[in-house]
Amino acid sequence: MPWKMSRRRAITLAGAGVGLGAAGLAGGAALTRDPAPEPVSDVVPFAGPNQAGIVTPAQDRLHFVAFDVITKDRDKLVQMLRDWTAAAARMTAGRDAGEIGAVNGEPEAPPDDTGEALGLPPSSLTITIGFGPSLFQRFGLASQRPAVLEPLPRFTGDTLDAAISGGDIAIQACANDPQVAVHAVRNLARIGMGTVSVRWSQLGFGRTSSTAVGQATPRNLFGFKDGTRNLKAEQTDLLREHLWVQPGDGPDWMTGGSYLVTRKIRMLIETWDRSSLTEQEGIVGRYKGSGAPLGADAEFDEPDFTSVGADGQPLLATTSHVRLAHPDTNQGARMLRRGYNFVDGSDGLGRLNAGLFFIAYQRDPAKAFIPVQRSLAANDEMNEYVRHVSSGIFACPPGLTAPDDYWGRALFA
Amino acid sequence: MRKPPLLLAVAAVCTVAACGSGDSGADEAAGGPIAVKATDTGCEVGKTTVDAGTSVFAITNGGNKVTEFYVYAPGDRVMAEVENIAPGLSRNLHVELPAGTYETACKPGMIGKGIRGALTVSGSAPALTEDAKLAEATASYSRYVKSQTSALETKTTEFVTAVKAGKVDEAKALFPIARTYWERIEPVAEIFGDLDPRIDGREEVTEEGMKFGGFHRIEKDLWAAKPDISKDGPIADQLLTDVKEIVQKANAEKLSPLQLANGAKGLLDEVASGKITGEEDRYSHTDLWDFNANVEGSKAAIASLRPVLEERDPALVKTLDTEFANVDTALAKYRDGDGWKLHNQLTQADLKTLSDAINALAEPISKVAAVVAKKA
Repeated sequence: MPWKMSRRRAITLAGAGVGLGAAGLAGGAALTRDPAPEPVSDVVPFAGPNQAGIVTPAQDRLHFVAFDVITKDRDKLVQMLRDWTAAAARMTAGRDAGEIGAVNGEPEAPPDDTGEALGLPPSSLTITIGFGPSLFQRFGLASQRPAVLEPLPRFTGDTLDAAISGGDIAIQACANDPQVAVHAVRNLARIGMGTVSVRWSQLGFGRTSSTAVGQATPRNLFGFKDGTRNLKAEQTDLLREHLWVQPGDGPDWMTGGSYLVTRKIRMLIETWDRSSLTEQEGIVGRYKGSGAPLGADAEFDEPDFTSVGADGQPLLATTSHVRLAHPDTNQGARMLRRGYNFVDGSDGLGRLNAGLFFIAYQRDPAKAFIPVQRSLAANDEMNEYVRHVSSGIFACPPGLTAPDDYWGRALFA
Repeated sequence: MRKPPLLLAVAAVCTVAACGSGDSGADEAAGGPIAVKATDTGCEVGKTTVDAGTSVFAITNGGNKVTEFYVYAPGDRVMAEVENIAPGLSRNLHVELPAGTYETACKPGMIGKGIRGALTVSGSAPALTEDAKLAEATASYSRYVKSQTSALETKTTEFVTAVKAGKVDEAKALFPIARTYWERIEPVAEIFGDLDPRIDGREEVTEEGMKFGGFHRIEKDLWAAKPDISKDGPIADQLLTDVKEIVQKANAEKLSPLQLANGAKGLLDEVASGKITGEEDRYSHTDLWDFNANVEGSKAAIASLRPVLEERDPALVKTLDTEFANVDTALAKYRDGDGWKLHNQLTQADLKTLSDAINALAEPISKVAAVVAKKA
C-alpha cells in the first residue's frame, strides 16, 4: 500500500463492504444492516445485538474514559450520543471520526478528525459505552435506573480516590494499537465538549484476560497468568446465564446489555518482587510458570480445594486468591474479566506506579463482583500487595441493531 | 500564538458606517452633544433617538467608580466606546451611525454588561454587500483596538509611574488593570514579533540573549516576599516605550476578517493554556483579570464579525451566544468587588468548571474562521 494514502482510502480498498456499511451510519442516521460480505480481519463489527468490546477477543490495548455530563439540556446530550455513535461507527471501521476527515477539509477550519490514526489499520478497535448511576439522577431518568445499578459498596481496605472514580458515562476503547484506542477517546472527548467533561481516563497496555478459547492466557504485573477461568465468547449458555442481562431482569432498555465494574488496583510491585516464589504462589494459589492450580498439572485443571499438604494445611490456602475468587466459593458467580495492566510512570518515591485496571462484565453485580470482592477484601492475602484506588460501575446497553439506532436511544426514548 | 497568515487581505475599506469615529470634530450633529450622566448605578442618556450620521456623546462620570461608555449594534458589536473615564471627568465620543437600533451602555467599575439603554437611529442607509460587511467587521474591530490601546497606554503610564515612584501598593493595584487592556487585544499585539515577549514574556520563555523584562518581571518584584522595585526604573521605562510602540503599530495595522476570527480563538487558547493553570500571573495570581479580558476581547472580535456570521451560519451564532453567556456565568462566581478572586483561591473543581466552559466555547469558535473565509 503506498504511503500518504488517506486512512479512508486505505480502508475502502481493503474492504469495501465494511466501509459502505459504516458510511451509511456516518452519513446521518442510517445504520445499514447489509451483512458485510467479507469482513476485513482486523475490523470488529460495530453493530450487533450486544455491544462489541465485551466478548470480542480481548485486544492488547485500552484507553478507558469516564465523563461527567455538564449540560442540563437533555436534547443536547441526546444529540451528542447520536454524534458519538456516528463517529464510533466510522472509527471502528478504520475511518476518520468526522465526515470530512483529518486532511480533506477547508484549510481555515480545524479538521474534524485529529489525524493521529491516519495510515493505521482498524486494529480491531471496539468502543463500548456504559451509563453510571449518577446519570440517572438527572434528565428524568430515575425510573429507568436498573435496581442493580448502584454505586458499589465500600469494601474493606478501599483507598479510593473520588477524582478517578465513578462518572456519568464511560467509554471503553480497546484496540491492538494504542494510538488507535487513544484516537478514539480523544475524538469522542472533543465531540463531547460543552456536553460532557472528562472526569478521568486510564491507559492499559497489556490485556490480562482472554475472552475467547483460542487466546493464550496473558500475565498480569505480578507475573502470573490471569483470567484462566474467565467466561469465554464461545460459552453461549454461560454467557446467557452470567453475562447478558435477560428479559425481565430490569428495565427493557438493558436487555442484552451487561454491567461493567472497573477497579484500578495499584500493585505494590517492589515488595511483591522480593517475596519468595513460594509465598507468591501460595497467595495466588497457582504455579507461576504453568498457571496450574497448586497441586494440579495444567493451567486449565480444576483447583483441588480438599487436598492437604504435609503440614496438614489445605494445598490451596483458604486465603489464596484462586480459592476466594472461585465460583464454587461464591455461589457459582461468574464474570467476564477484561482487565489491562497499567504503568503510570513512577511515583515520587521511585516506585513503579503500576497495577491492574480491572474490568469485569456481568449480568448482575450483586451476584457477581460484589460478593466476590467482599470475600477477597476480607480474606485475600494478596491485599498486602494491592490497593484499590478507583472504582466504577456502569450499565452498558445492548448493541445497535435498528437502522436509526444510537447509543442510549431506548433509554432516552 | 503565532502570527496568523494573511489569507484574506481585505483592506479596511471605509464604508459609511466605518469611518470618522473619534477624532473628527467638524461634523457634529446638529443640536450639540448628547449629554450622558454616568453614575455608579445610572446611565442617563440625553436623547434616545437620533438622525443617521455623526452623533457626539458627552459623558460625565458623576460616580465613584471608573466607567466606560459604549454604543453597541445588535449582538454587542462595538460601534464606538470610550474607556477609562475617571470619577469627575467628562469625555466626548464621536460616532457615525447608520439607521438602525442600537444600545448605549455605561459600565461603572468597567465590568459586565453595563447599564443599557435603547438608541434608535432614523434615516436611510443602503444595505451592506457581503464584502462591505466584512470590511465593516474589520473597521468595527479596529475601533475596538483603538479604544483599548488608548486605555492601555494610559494605564501602563500610571503603572510605570507608580513603579518608578516606589509605590508598591499602588503599582500592585494597577498591574491587573493595565493588563486588562493588553489581554483584550493580545492577538493583535502578537503580530509584532519581539514586542509581545518583551512586554508580556514570562521568565522561562525569555530567549537567549534577551533579558527578562516587561510586566511579569515587575510583577515578580512587586509580589516578592519583600517587595523591592527600587531597581525596576529602567525596566518600567522600557515597558512603557514598548507599549507605546505597539499601540502605534496596532492602530496602524489593517486586520483581515480571518485574523479577527483566529484572534477570537487565540484569546480562548490563551485562557485554556495560560490562565486556567495560573502560570500567566504566577506571582500576583491575578489570572482571572486576564481570563476575563481574554474572553471580552474574543467576544469583541466575534461581535465585529456578527453580521457576516448571522448571514452565513446563524446556528453557529446562536451557539456562540449561549456559550459566551455560560462562560460569563461561570466566571461571575469569582467576582470580588471591582476585581476578581485570586487564582490560588480557586479549587481544582472550580478551575475544572471554568475549563469546561472555555472548551465548550472554544470548539464552536474554532469553526468561525472557515465560515468567514468561505466565498459567498
